Amino acid sequence: MASTKVVEITTDNFQGTVLDSEHPVLVDFWAEWCGPCHMIAPIIDAIADEREDLIVGKLDVDAHPAIAQRYGITGIPFVGLFRDGNLVKKSVGAMPRPALERALGLDD
Amino acid sequence: MPPKTRKVIIIGSGPAGLTAAVYAARANLEPLMFEGYGWGGQLMLTTEVENYPGFPMGVMGPELMQAFRDQAERFGTEIVPADVTRVDLSSRPFGVWVDDEEYRAEAIVISTGASARWLGLESETSLRGHGVSSCATCDGFFFRDKPMVVVGGGDSAMEEALYLARIGSKVTIVHRRDAFRASKIMVDRALANDRVHVRWNAVVEEVVGDGRVEGVRVRDVVTGETETIPAAAMFVAIGHTPNTELFRGQLELDPDGYIVADGSRTNVEGVFVAGDVQDRQYKQAVTAAGSGCIAAIDAERWLELGQALETDQARTASAATGN
Repeated sequence: MASTKVVEITTDNFQGTVLDSEHPVLVDFWAEWCGPCHMIAPIIDAIADEREDLIVGKLDVDAHPAIAQRYGITGIPFVGLFRDGNLVKKSVGAMPRPALERALGLDD
Repeated sequence: MPPKTRKVIIIGSGPAGLTAAVYAARANLEPLMFEGYGWGGQLMLTTEVENYPGFPMGVMGPELMQAFRDQAERFGTEIVPADVTRVDLSSRPFGVWVDDEEYRAEAIVISTGASARWLGLESETSLRGHGVSSCATCDGFFFRDKPMVVVGGGDSAMEEALYLARIGSKVTIVHRRDAFRASKIMVDRALANDRVHVRWNAVVEEVVGDGRVEGVRVRDVVTGETETIPAAAMFVAIGHTPNTELFRGQLELDPDGYIVADGSRTNVEGVFVAGDVQDRQYKQAVTAAGSGCIAAIDAERWLELGQALETDQARTASAATGN
């Protein structure tokens, strides 16, 4: 089941929801036609449900290619951690939850 | 408290594992499946599947796997999203762990499949996600109207090249030999496509680029000459390695790491195997599904046999004591 805590990120709300956020924001760049994106979707949902200190969002790169382009994203699933308006950690590709959390510095 | 012993645990969730789950669930074995982070298996990385029977117009790989999964769940398969971290196949019941969480089962079906193989170059690792990929359907999108390279000579390489030819300006297939091992229909289609070119007898020496792929340097294995093919992306489709690290030292593996099986039976009684993790030869979604069915039926019969034996032994024992 998709988590209700996951926010949809778009070209229009990216600045306000991600870059201007007071809290760290985890953004899952994904697309409908990307199988591995579906593979990690349950992990993203679980993180959204469990972490009160994070905002978790999903951005459809097909619908909002400009944002993906701005960050030079050429491989998905791309999960980025934004802090104070900056992309500080990232992870590319499907992987088990512990590896994903390690890549994003969420394991401590 | 020791965990409840399940009748059967299924490890892996591609066509083999999910078919085993459908059969085991319908036989009331209440299967527990560890699907892992790579749920759905290799079909999740494909677009259209044209050779799965029952779909005359083809079906999308991820869609097919979602349907498999729904069917397994419908009959009561319990699905755990985690990856198994350790197994103990020497104890009875068998032990399966996800970190510190312990699970027990009388029988196990292994269907962990195979993972895409990489060339093993340093430049390939550092540029992964920046133009180096093993999933054309995921990442081709980012290279519209750009030249791309596909490495490999099998059906997957042909499929990726044909898919990418619809997006990019030019696709060069780099293959180390002078003939493809892909099926004739796929080779014919690839060679007939104006945007698909082939660099025969060539191996990749280095992925060229700083922060993103700019080209692929190849060496001709016949002449020894090198050249750099301009490319914004390199897709690697050189085959797969069976996912058997978990079982090393506990199950008989062949030199390439595939589980050695007689039908679905491994060298450990009660441990059954299905799909690409034991298949060096066919590696098709439909053969994986078929072998999943075989493994589930074999496991069911083996469990029944064990039960019958126990009942017999109990009867003999009670007769001997005169009770």
